[in-house]
Amino acid sequence: MFQAPDFNTLIKQINSSTDTDVEKALRTSRLSLDDLAALISPAAEPFLQQMATRSSEITLARFGKTTQLYAPIYLSNYCTNRCAYCGFSADNRIKRKCLTIDEAEKEAMILHERGFQHILLVSGEAENAVDVEYMEAISLRLRDKFAAVSIEIQPMSTEHYHRLFLAGITAVAVYQETYDRDMYKQVHLSGKKRDYDYRLETPARVAKAGMREVGIGALLGLSDWRAEGLSIAYHLQWLRKKFWSTAFTVSFPRMRPATGEFDPLEIVTESNLSQLIFALRLFDQDVGLIVSTREEARYRDGMLGLGPTRYSAGSCTAPGGYGNSDSEAEQFSVGDHRTFTEVSEMIKQKGFDPICKDWDCGFQIDKSTDPAL
Amino acid sequence: MNITLNGKDKSLHKAMSVTDLLTGLELTPETVVVEINTTILQPDSYQSTILAEGDQVEIIRFVGGG
Amino acid sequence: MLTIAGTEFSSRLFLGTGKFSSSSVMAEAIAASGCQMVTVALRRIDLDNPEDDIMKALGQRPYTFLPNTSGARNAEEAIRLAHIARAASGSPWLKLEVTPDPRTLLPDPVETLIATEKLAKDGFIVLPYINADPILALKLQDVGAAAVMPLGSPIGTNQGVLSDSMVEIIIEQARVPVVVDAGIGAPSHAAYAMEMGADAVLVNTAISIAGDPVAMAAAFAKAVEAGRTAYVAGMGQRSKQASASSPEKGTLSSDLGFLT
Repeated sequence: MFQAPDFNTLIKQINSSTDTDVEKALRTSRLSLDDLAALISPAAEPFLQQMATRSSEITLARFGKTTQLYAPIYLSNYCTNRCAYCGFSADNRIKRKCLTIDEAEKEAMILHERGFQHILLVSGEAENAVDVEYMEAISLRLRDKFAAVSIEIQPMSTEHYHRLFLAGITAVAVYQETYDRDMYKQVHLSGKKRDYDYRLETPARVAKAGMREVGIGALLGLSDWRAEGLSIAYHLQWLRKKFWSTAFTVSFPRMRPATGEFDPLEIVTESNLSQLIFALRLFDQDVGLIVSTREEARYRDGMLGLGPTRYSAGSCTAPGGYGNSDSEAEQFSVGDHRTFTEVSEMIKQKGFDPICKDWDCGFQIDKSTDPAL
Repeated sequence: MNITLNGKDKSLHKAMSVTDLLTGLELTPETVVVEINTTILQPDSYQSTILAEGDQVEIIRFVGGG
Repeated sequence: MLTIAGTEFSSRLFLGTGKFSSSSVMAEAIAASGCQMVTVALRRIDLDNPEDDIMKALGQRPYTFLPNTSGARNAEEAIRLAHIARAASGSPWLKLEVTPDPRTLLPDPVETLIATEKLAKDGFIVLPYINADPILALKLQDVGAAAVMPLGSPIGTNQGVLSDSMVEIIIEQARVPVVVDAGIGAPSHAAYAMEMGADAVLVNTAISIAGDPVAMAAAFAKAVEAGRTAYVAGMGQRSKQASASSPEKGTLSSDLGFLT
């Protein structure tokens, strides 16, 4: 199993990087984890422009002039975890809602009419509201209507992920939130999510179950963002070696105000976020990099083609929010309020092609590598 | 009695063990592997294994190779 | 230190023992190369003209012997040879070669994959000789190969690492060590493979048929060491364009003016 390197050791390593290390990393074609440490260090800040140029060249060569678009559907905001930073935390007095299968389908069809082919089903972590049978039922309803259906729900067993794969789910995102073990304990106050290691092992279980794509990431603003970035790279490298036929994406949700009134513990600027994205692109040319509507329109427009490969658009983060606008029960508030059409237009104006369909989940054939399944 | 030894016919004028055969060929048992009818023989059974009519015997050793 | 299946090797040069003019030249060349892993083949003894025992020529030196299955045309033949090799060497090390085409001696990927899986399950330490195919390399490691041995170019051709772009991908992706085998005709070829990040190279013909095999073996040892040192030191990337060493101005496509 993957062992996350000690967080404080990573911080020290990153902060000891020098200009020479950064220059060396920029000259290398196959970057090591040490090179990455240099590129996300303070010493690399003056090199941001060069990093952007290289990141843009690599992204263009590997992904072409395209940007994938998806929209989240919030199925439920019930949650049994108490997480200090999250609007859905069990403590928060918010209106709770879990969509029925019919309601979920209705939400999905609204997005379908708006032009989306790729949706991400999101929920709080409460098994009594959202379990494998519920997800299976929704997936079977949606698999013929969408090209790709991803999920971001509570961690599951390999067997359950495999069932969802067979029902048509193509990808699973599960973010560690923070790789900093101490901080993890501090902000995950109670609930199943308190188990750092079980969460850390989840991406491997997803890959084992045969999913086409696994998303990993950290919530920026909880701990040292540089060390989070390096930890993600360690995790990514381990996963790549072990599950070479799985595609990986990395997401960098940057903390925004939520109902819980939680102020970010660390300020991560747009410049910081960009440095992290460019560095990761230089480190791994093929990884999908996701920037959600947490970020503002200006930033997302500017970053187009420089490293990110996938944007969400027209997002509402409250359950049932597409059919019935009600922002009270949001997980976080959105920074880019444009519609799918507006984001698509922006992408086209910049000379890129908005991609809604990258795969057809109808083609999925069971080829999981685990003989136990 | 006739056997096939390394692909060639060979007639033996008396019953003999694998040890007898190797001694007659001036081969040190430790430097070769003996296969009879595609089964590898353990060195400790060379003495007790008596060759039979029609046996396909292969005597193999390491040579230079890349 | 190179580790394959738990065994450590300080030398990253493996030597083949074929085609030497005499056993004594071979032994001297191997000694001069400093290598710790030598490959050997299995053959029926020619009873009319028995050659010297190669093991005797190599004496009691601390080499790991890597018997190959050369001559095998399919998985079944290779597996039979593997068992004979294990009986002869008393060790599970095996260089798996399945070469159905006697003209090119190129390895058969399908039969190699079948044989690797069976032999690995049977406790062999399998190092399959393969074409430089990254997906095959990954599948082989998944079924238990201890290392992979992609070819640089067809065996005996001395053309060097013509498969470099594929070998590079194999090196980048594989969890198991990558040993570049076949086609390495000059020390510079060996250095090039090592600079790319290969874990080791296997050389035979280039040394055995050299004017002075012992001197050539020493030259290869130096080349492998130089290549490895360069790789560890971190090579600059190749580029078709000249690049200024002072910071570039932001181009239109990557202008960061939007950042607040």
